[in-house]
Amino acid sequence: MTDEPTRRAFLAGTAAAGAGLVASAATAQTPDPLITEVQEWASVFGDAVDATPYGMPIEFESHVVRRNVEWLTESTASSINFTPIHALEGTITPQGCAFERHHSGAISLSKQDYRLMINGLVDKPLVFTFEDLLRFPRQISIAFCECAANGGMEWGGAQLEGCQFTQGMIHNMEYTGVMLRDLLAEAGVKPEGKWVYVEGADASSNGRSIPLEKALDDVMVAFFANGEALRKEHGYPVRLVVPGWEGNMWVKWLRRISVYDQAVESREETSKYTDMMPDGRARKWTWVMDAKSVITQPSPQAPIRHGAGPLVITGLAWSGNGKITRVDVSTDGGNSWHPARITGEARSMALTRFHYDMNWDGSEMFIMSRAVDETGYVQPTKQALREIRGVNNVYHNNGIQVWWVRADGEVENVEIA
Amino acid sequence: MSKSLEILLASLLLATPAAAESLGLGREALPEEIAAWDATVLPDGTGLPDGSGDVLTGEEVFGANCASCHGEFAEGLDSWPVLAGGDGTLTDPRPVKTIGSYWPYLSTVYDYVHRSMPFGQAQTLSVDDTYAITAFLLYSNGLVEDDFTLTRENFTTIVMPNAEGFYPDDRAETEYPLFRAEPCMADCRTAPPEVTKRAIELNVTPKDENGNPAGTLPLLTAASQTAPAEAAAAPAETPAEPAAETAPEAASPETETTAEEPDAADEAAADPALIEAGEKVFRKCASCHKVGDDAKHAVGPALNGVVGRTIATAEGFKYSKPLAELGAGGGIWDAAALHAFLEDPKGFAAGTKMSFAGLKKPEDRDAVIAYLSTFAD
Repeated sequence: MTDEPTRRAFLAGTAAAGAGLVASAATAQTPDPLITEVQEWASVFGDAVDATPYGMPIEFESHVVRRNVEWLTESTASSINFTPIHALEGTITPQGCAFERHHSGAISLSKQDYRLMINGLVDKPLVFTFEDLLRFPRQISIAFCECAANGGMEWGGAQLEGCQFTQGMIHNMEYTGVMLRDLLAEAGVKPEGKWVYVEGADASSNGRSIPLEKALDDVMVAFFANGEALRKEHGYPVRLVVPGWEGNMWVKWLRRISVYDQAVESREETSKYTDMMPDGRARKWTWVMDAKSVITQPSPQAPIRHGAGPLVITGLAWSGNGKITRVDVSTDGGNSWHPARITGEARSMALTRFHYDMNWDGSEMFIMSRAVDETGYVQPTKQALREIRGVNNVYHNNGIQVWWVRADGEVENVEIA
Repeated sequence: MSKSLEILLASLLLATPAAAESLGLGREALPEEIAAWDATVLPDGTGLPDGSGDVLTGEEVFGANCASCHGEFAEGLDSWPVLAGGDGTLTDPRPVKTIGSYWPYLSTVYDYVHRSMPFGQAQTLSVDDTYAITAFLLYSNGLVEDDFTLTRENFTTIVMPNAEGFYPDDRAETEYPLFRAEPCMADCRTAPPEVTKRAIELNVTPKDENGNPAGTLPLLTAASQTAPAEAAAAPAETPAEPAAETAPEAASPETETTAEEPDAADEAAADPALIEAGEKVFRKCASCHKVGDDAKHAVGPALNGVVGRTIATAEGFKYSKPLAELGAGGGIWDAAALHAFLEDPKGFAAGTKMSFAGLKKPEDRDAVIAYLSTFAD
């Protein structure tokens, strides 16, 4: 640990300050001026109601932003950034800090200019305007959207410091829209139709094939997220919601739905988003995101600064195969496991929040979480996945994350044997 | 059935969106509209338009449109995708997944190139150019000879080497049974945990100003109580110094360039049509170079103020050695230098990272220089 004196010193100082404060809170020697003196905010006006017609987070939360990792890609127009999950609570991801993945940048497409075409093996090829979509019966659905490459940089070993970077290609929103099956019914799918191909209006025209069975089940054509219009970067005015399946299929700026008797085998479902196996062959059509969890606090970007004593461990769990039924937490590197509290509702194919409240004795810990879903699937270790898949895979890393909590409260991303 | 159940069912039916019933929304898509948007090509050749292209034409079109990222030989520059080679590497520790070594269907190449490429200038390639590029990519992967012409008719006779290299997701059979056992809850380890990999040792995570991982949560204690006086004083003092240092430096290049800028400005003012033409030509550059307000460096440097500036001096961009040396030797991006560089980038500066084929027409170069002159630093 000679490589980061700044961080060590900083955290050590913090721990001391924290400890001191705990002591003074219990037995204050001098009155707290924040209490005894009239503060400015308690005396004069704050912002008027016309100050922020659309509010942004207060300046003290300026660290809670999406971040990208520059060396990952050649161009930020075809790249990804990461949700600051280490700084968020609950389960709903605010749109403004929900991760973005673009293949040719986020485009500005107005509702007036928006068109959606349904063609291919249908009785009647159709064009809808945005206004047409508003006249179909609406549904609401809460769903996580996880990039298939979430954790992809971690296959070969612990690489990035912080769950924002290691598990942050995920968000969870409440969508309002119309069911794809209702739009398809309007066009009439011919009996030989087995697949729908969905395509975006941006320059990448990202397109993916979805089996008709899924398309008729729970796929939504969404135009609201978290109660407001989709943000530009999330596909305004219309995106696809494909619950439980990899984010690449959630086509943004959705412009065309075509029915085929076969998969299109587009670039995004052959060259990319296929999973290299040790024998040199690759799995394709690996759509489902398997059960996964991560402790978001403490984590490398959220070290423990209050010293020993009561400690809240919290994190997120999710499964593309249904509901999370249990999350176990270990603080000793997986020797013993303890069921965490699932806080709030565990919804199918949506982020689920867990908490594990403990009394930390101030000694080193290896903390891990392990999700179990309603199919009985237990989140595996990274090693168990590697034994099957090797290390040439980029996608679908749902292995257990290990954080090394040091005695000074600093947290590292590690792998353990 | 009881009356109440009947009512319940009836109300359920009313409340549930009618999936199978037509609402009569939307209008019929016209054939021209479908033709415009449905460019998809399937593995069996469905969707292929009439047309053809040969390897040599493909090499030319590829050089002009694709090589700036993918390299003249489809070898991939920097971290841009490698499109050729990689044969037999799929079980290597670092497999090279190219069109030849990995892609299962030729239709995917045509489909993707035609709809989504070139990067930043999608949907600008003609059908024949797309056939030609596809033919060239087959050639660069050693799959056809240099006299090959790809046509709609012979397209599906091409079988890609890795066509059999994919199989549908089998996790439900090969993985789920293994991971559905009731997990161990106590005494699960035989030995204490031992750290085998540490992310901190790789040092590849973005950092904040304190050297912590970017986004590290701020202190919740001390800052508001003890720090205000110091914190308020410190920011005021520290940034003032570097600002004072950089100001004169920034000022001098400006005064130098202003001496040359009037020419450029005059030219620009004289020919708005030329500027407009330049804006169009610049689309070839725009996937790598940004201009205008908030322009940032991308693959190439931002080009605000480039005309008349010393070569390789845009702050914060890491230039290739040859350009940096030209700049260090006092080279200026005047009209002559820009013409020479834009006509033949590698001829002007062998080893430049800008692997762009060049603007062969003098009028295109004039236009783009006039356009660039409109962007001041």
